[in-house]
Amino acid sequence: MRARRIMVTGVARPMIARFARRLAARDDIELVVGVDVQAPARLGAADFLRADLDNPVVGATLVDSEIDTLVHAAVHSRPRAAGGRRRLKEHNVIGSMHLFAAAQHAEHLRTLVLKSSTAVYGSSAGDPAQFTERDALDRRARGFGRDMIDVEGYAVGLDRRRPDLAVTTLRFANFIGGADDAALAGFFRLPVVPSVLGWDPRLQFCHADDAVAVLTRAVLHPLGGTFNVAGPGALYLSQAIRQAGRAHVLVPAPLVDATASLLLRTGRVDAPVDQLPFLRFGRVVDVTRLEEEFGYTPRWTTAEAFRAFLEHRSSRGLGRQDLLALGGEVRQWLQRPAV
Amino acid sequence: MAATTGGVTMADSTDTTETTDRQRCGERTRAGTPCRNWAVQGGRCRIHARRAAADEAPAAADEAPAAADETRAAAGSAEGAGTRSGGARTNGAGTRRTPPTLGDFATGPVESRAGFRTAGFEGSAAAPRRTAPAGAGGGPGTTSGGDGEARDVLDALADVLGDELADHLSGIGGFLRRRFTGDYEIDDFGLDPDLVLHVLRPLMRPLYDTWWRVSSRDREHIPKGGGLLVANHAGTLPFDGIMLNYDVHDATGRFLRELGANLVFETPFVGHFARKSGAVLASQADADAILARGALAGVFPEGFKGLGKPFSQRYQLERFGRGGFVATALRAQVPIVPVAIVGSEEIYPMLFDARMIAKALGLPYFPIVAQMFTLPVLGPLGLLPLPSKWSITYGEPIETAHLGPAAAEDPMVVFELADRVRDTIQRMLTKVVMGRQSVFF
Repeated sequence: MRARRIMVTGVARPMIARFARRLAARDDIELVVGVDVQAPARLGAADFLRADLDNPVVGATLVDSEIDTLVHAAVHSRPRAAGGRRRLKEHNVIGSMHLFAAAQHAEHLRTLVLKSSTAVYGSSAGDPAQFTERDALDRRARGFGRDMIDVEGYAVGLDRRRPDLAVTTLRFANFIGGADDAALAGFFRLPVVPSVLGWDPRLQFCHADDAVAVLTRAVLHPLGGTFNVAGPGALYLSQAIRQAGRAHVLVPAPLVDATASLLLRTGRVDAPVDQLPFLRFGRVVDVTRLEEEFGYTPRWTTAEAFRAFLEHRSSRGLGRQDLLALGGEVRQWLQRPAV
Repeated sequence: MAATTGGVTMADSTDTTETTDRQRCGERTRAGTPCRNWAVQGGRCRIHARRAAADEAPAAADEAPAAADETRAAAGSAEGAGTRSGGARTNGAGTRRTPPTLGDFATGPVESRAGFRTAGFEGSAAAPRRTAPAGAGGGPGTTSGGDGEARDVLDALADVLGDELADHLSGIGGFLRRRFTGDYEIDDFGLDPDLVLHVLRPLMRPLYDTWWRVSSRDREHIPKGGGLLVANHAGTLPFDGIMLNYDVHDATGRFLRELGANLVFETPFVGHFARKSGAVLASQADADAILARGALAGVFPEGFKGLGKPFSQRYQLERFGRGGFVATALRAQVPIVPVAIVGSEEIYPMLFDARMIAKALGLPYFPIVAQMFTLPVLGPLGLLPLPSKWSITYGEPIETAHLGPAAAEDPMVVFELADRVRDTIQRMLTKVVMGRQSVFF
């Protein structure tokens, strides 16, 4: 079998750049082309192509470089980083359409890996305790969830038109851990973390290391199909806030929108406003199919991934360590010598 | 030993004023150290006096050693400390590191598997206590100075309140530490066993033991493996669900996973509270998933119709939904256990349903209950549920395995089975209601 030639979109993101570097370092991979509008900090042995996804040069590269594997990881959720919600949608949806249109004509292409999100399931009171890949997507989705559903739809269309193509869709939970920045990471860096009064959503995280490993495996062993990727288990938001040693403020539902836009405007948090149902109901997915069919067992549970994130960031205020020290003092008192 | 020094200085200051006229308890603790509580009756402290009375053991008042004063700052509850550290050791090494799976929560004796105490606070001091392992940070090194203020405060508290209370406090302290650091586990369906065992159950115990004096019959009918408990629903507020949950945990040490309507999970506060206490959305996916893991599920097929029915229709079962619960049991091949709860109908006698208000508030019903008329006189006290005498009767399990999972697709089988379960519960209800002497005793 000839050496693989791979294109990766969205490499400006540190986690994806790491993934591209790792691929480029392998002997059985001949060429890795990273595509993005911003240059990543480091790309190792991989080549970099500065272009928007709707730029014809991307399609030309797909054909000319005889790319056999396309990894589409350029769908973003953070409106501020992208310069506003409209530009974000333009980039996500129209960019993906153009990319897939070009991919349809790339005759050497055999594998498509799409980095999707569990946001496609939405969040509501009627959610199952754990979403499986067979569950219906959220029909009322807006914002990022909607974008992601549309992009998944285009990937399905491409799959239908190119039966020789193996399309692997990976639905990732919120990334956390490592140096990579994620929307929820900023949330837990706030000195006072808001949550919606009367609601305590269950959260699930995916460690960046696991994400890179899963993407790599999807490239090396193209299976086709859709897989949830997340750390097993879940944390309640209140629990996560306490683990982070943050003060917790409960915001009544009518003020949630105002609080959210305030946080977004000040740039403390870069998250889509239309994810607010998520702050009420949360979202947890089942990873059985990932473990059994895809053949990858996450190395980090949700709780471990979150703990790794907490250890990585600098802590301020009354943190977990202080509380543990106090707990240690109490414990020592209880075990004091009995004479 | 630094701890002792810190304590002694404080104890000394109290000595100068009090030793002369107050006498210490003459008993010894189980570890053999002198008890350092104040004597209240017969030369003993409150706790030892009670114990002595219970055991009818001869008094040992003359054993009070002169050294008592010197050691009073040290551990009075050495017995507690000893078993505590033992508990910490086993928990730390064995069970704490492995994240509890649902199987641990839902099946089998919880105490031995997951390291949580099943009985809340009231158990003996010998029960293993879930203390953080030393490796979790904040170990002995952090407080080696021995001048911790928390320690002084705790010493003082133990001095004033006595051993058992200090023991009690340490339980609460461990719980608070876990809550404030978020150091607890939840299962795949959102159950938070730490919260249930240490907050919800202790809160509900007075209702169960004293207020409604729940008597539980034929507990041997609760299946050892998976099963679906089907009960009547009544009482305006779903206290019957809480009491059934409590009773099942009492009998088996397992959590009853109640299937809740969509409305429960849509309601602020109620929704996540229900989830944390083990409720699961009554959808096919979740009901199948929880039963597939061998859990005990509970369902009230009458739903809101049963909860909000007028007092005049008490103990008459409403329609049993669409029989979805039967299909669930058939798919999972688990037995259905009919359960009759008597007493719940009388806690809030609903005179009529204010439909206009209910509609305006988006509620399934708005009860006008008898107690409301006492509001002007009694104030909020008037909203307490009435202290009727309750009983929970578990009926003979109805096996479904012989019908095969395909029967879930046969509406005739489903309807017949649903009717059979409903008739059984109605018969059990009638029998218990006829047999009782009074509503309140």
